[in-house]
Formats: sequence, structure tokens, C-alpha cells
Amino acid sequence: MTPLDYEYLRKLLKERSGLDLSADKQYLVESRLVPLARRSNLAGIPELVQRIKGGAEALTSEVVEAMTTNETFFFRDKIPFDHLKDTVLPGLAQARAGRRALRIWCAAGSTGQEPYSIAMLVKEMTALFTGWRIEIVATDLSQAVLEKARAGLFSQFEVQRGLPIQMLVKYFAQQGELWQLNADIRGMVQHRQLNLLQDFAHLGTFDVIFCRNVLIYFDQPTKAAIFGKLARVLEPDGVLALGAAESVVGITSVFRPYPDRRGLYQPSTAPVARAGAAPHVLKAVASAAR
Amino acid sequence: MRTCLVVDDSSVIRKVARRILEGLDFQITEAEDGAKALEACKRTMPDAVLLDWNMPVMDGYEFLGNLRRMPGGDQPKVVFCTTENDVAHIARALHAGANEYIMKPFDRDIVTAKFQEVGLI
Repeated sequence: MTPLDYEYLRKLLKERSGLDLSADKQYLVESRLVPLARRSNLAGIPELVQRIKGGAEALTSEVVEAMTTNETFFFRDKIPFDHLKDTVLPGLAQARAGRRALRIWCAAGSTGQEPYSIAMLVKEMTALFTGWRIEIVATDLSQAVLEKARAGLFSQFEVQRGLPIQMLVKYFAQQGELWQLNADIRGMVQHRQLNLLQDFAHLGTFDVIFCRNVLIYFDQPTKAAIFGKLARVLEPDGVLALGAAESVVGITSVFRPYPDRRGLYQPSTAPVARAGAAPHVLKAVASAAR
Repeated sequence: MRTCLVVDDSSVIRKVARRILEGLDFQITEAEDGAKALEACKRTMPDAVLLDWNMPVMDGYEFLGNLRRMPGGDQPKVVFCTTENDVAHIARALHAGANEYIMKPFDRDIVTAKFQEVGLI
């Protein structure tokens, strides 16, 4: 790949997906796009670039998808899911007891492991949410990735990375070499195509947003703009979960860290909690005391 | 340092598992069948057992039943690691007291995820 080809791809990916590749990421482009070039019967990346310049729109989409599809696995990093189970969902169960409805958004749902992890977790909390309307919306830029997510079919390797064995037995059925999530869990998640660079107000407002391991690929102004849009679709007492290597610090003031819950953030307009206690926990304690 | 007993009749699998688990800061002992593994547990109870199912002399399932009946045998976290990749075997293993279950082939990520799951990492 020539430096000019790399620059062309960098610019294309920035425009199409917001992906902000630094100057030293040629290896990443090669590792993702050489296999794509071969599948397309092209000799290599220079030929791929020529075809894109010639207006091959489907191939361009494939390039963007290949570069933006990221590793994912069930209950990735574990801690955000523990927070969701132990603090966020019990708190929201109290706070939303009147309307008995919750909306959760996985903004980079990828092949489904994250939204389905949340769905299984909610299912495990049946005692709290019986009779509730719980919507889990999973979005991703890539149509191919969404199709895989909808099918809910995972390889043996995929189901062994982060998924407790009890949940595999309880929620999956073996299909030859693959494992398929049961229809009731699949039915809890709606999959939609969405580019985070575009407007997403039409999705409505959410009580919880998982936006993990995707903003790391954007430059600072793009991250700040997305945080601004996320804040507008998150309920004032809602919760935003970011990836382990991501933060709002130094980028935006519309969110602040959730007290004592690493990786979670809340709108800066949310009520301030007493030190050592999370806002939803406080609310739960307050309503229990009444 | 936490200890793990790797039980498998394949020396290659034991070597691969040892390399992965030593990388996760475990001190490793090895046994090539369930009977030898039980002897090892009588001497020193490990924190974890990575356990194959099909082995000569005593298989992993029988070993697990014997281990759980031993004094202190309820303590080690037992992670099956086997080519028996069907729901019936998994359910049997869990019923017998296994804490996690790895379906071969495995890699470092899977072993790490499973040992995290049982709280050993």
C-alpha cells in the first residue's frame, strides 16, 4: 500500500464513518483490507483503492464495514454488567415503577453479544421486571454485522468468551457446531442500522445507553459532538456506559462520572448524589423509607 | 500465588494449559488421570482444577464426584476442559459440582474468561 493509498483510505473512512486513523495504522488497514481485496478477486489494496475511486459503492461500503467491525464478546469487561445488575437496574426499577417501562440502547451493538448480554441479564431479574415493557435497541453501522446479530448464531469460541456456562445451557440451543440464542432472548432486542455521525433523535429517549469501545476511533471534536447528541436522548436520571479505555474527561461537560461506578456516567444535569452513594441507590432507599 | 492442578491424559494439552495458566500467575501441578489427580489433592488441595473428561483409570466425572466428597474438596474451583461439547455433558458436569466448562479447542482468551468467571482472576 502506498502512502497515497493510505491517505485516501484514511480520508474516506473519516468521511463515511468518523473513524479517525492515526498515521501509524497502516498495519490495521492491511490486516482488514487485504483479505477483503482477495475475496473481491483483486491483487491488493492499490487495486481496491482504484475500484473505490472508480465509484464501486458496494465495495466502498464493505471497506467501511471491514474497518469498523470491532471485537466483541458476551459480558465484555464484566464490571459494567455488574453495575447494571446491582445498581442501575434496581434503581431504575424504583424510579420507573409508575410507568413500568425501560428503554436501553446499545449504540455499537456489533454482532449482538452486548445487547444479548443485557437481555439475558434483564431476564435473570424477572422478579423486578415482571409485567414491564423493556425495549433493548441495538444499532450498528454495518448491515452485515446486524444480520449476524439478528440470527443470534454464535460459534463455540464466541459463546465461551465471557458467557457463564449456566447461561449457555439456559439460553442457547446447540445447532451442530453453532449455538443459537433462544427466540425469547432474541425477541427482546431490536436491531437497527445507524451511523453515530448522523442524527439519532428519532430513536427516542433512553434510560440506559451502552456506547462502548466505539468512540475511541473518533477524533475529539467528533467525540464531543456525539456526547452532546447522546445527552439529548438520555433521560435526566439515565446512565451512560463507556468502554474501559474511554472517558468524558477533557472532552465534554455534558456528562460526569457516576459516583463510585467506574465506566458509568450520568448527565451533568442529574441530581448530585451524596459521596459514596449512587443516585439510584439513594432514590431506592428514599422510597423504601416512605 | 494461586495453584491449579491440570488433569489431562494428553501431555500436549497439559503443556499448553500450563503455559496459559502460568501466564495468568498460577502455580501448576499436573496429573494424567483422575486417580493421580485425587492423590495430588490429598497431598495439597489446589485452588483450581482444569479437568479433562475422558481419561484412563479414572475419568474426570468420577474424579469430580470423589473430590467433592473429600474433606476440603468443595473448595477448589473446577473447570472442565473437554471435547464433550454437548449440552447433556455440560449439564451433567454442572450437576456434579463443576464451576465452569471449556469446550476444546480452547485458547488463552477462553481460559482467561472462564477463570475470571469463577473468580480466580
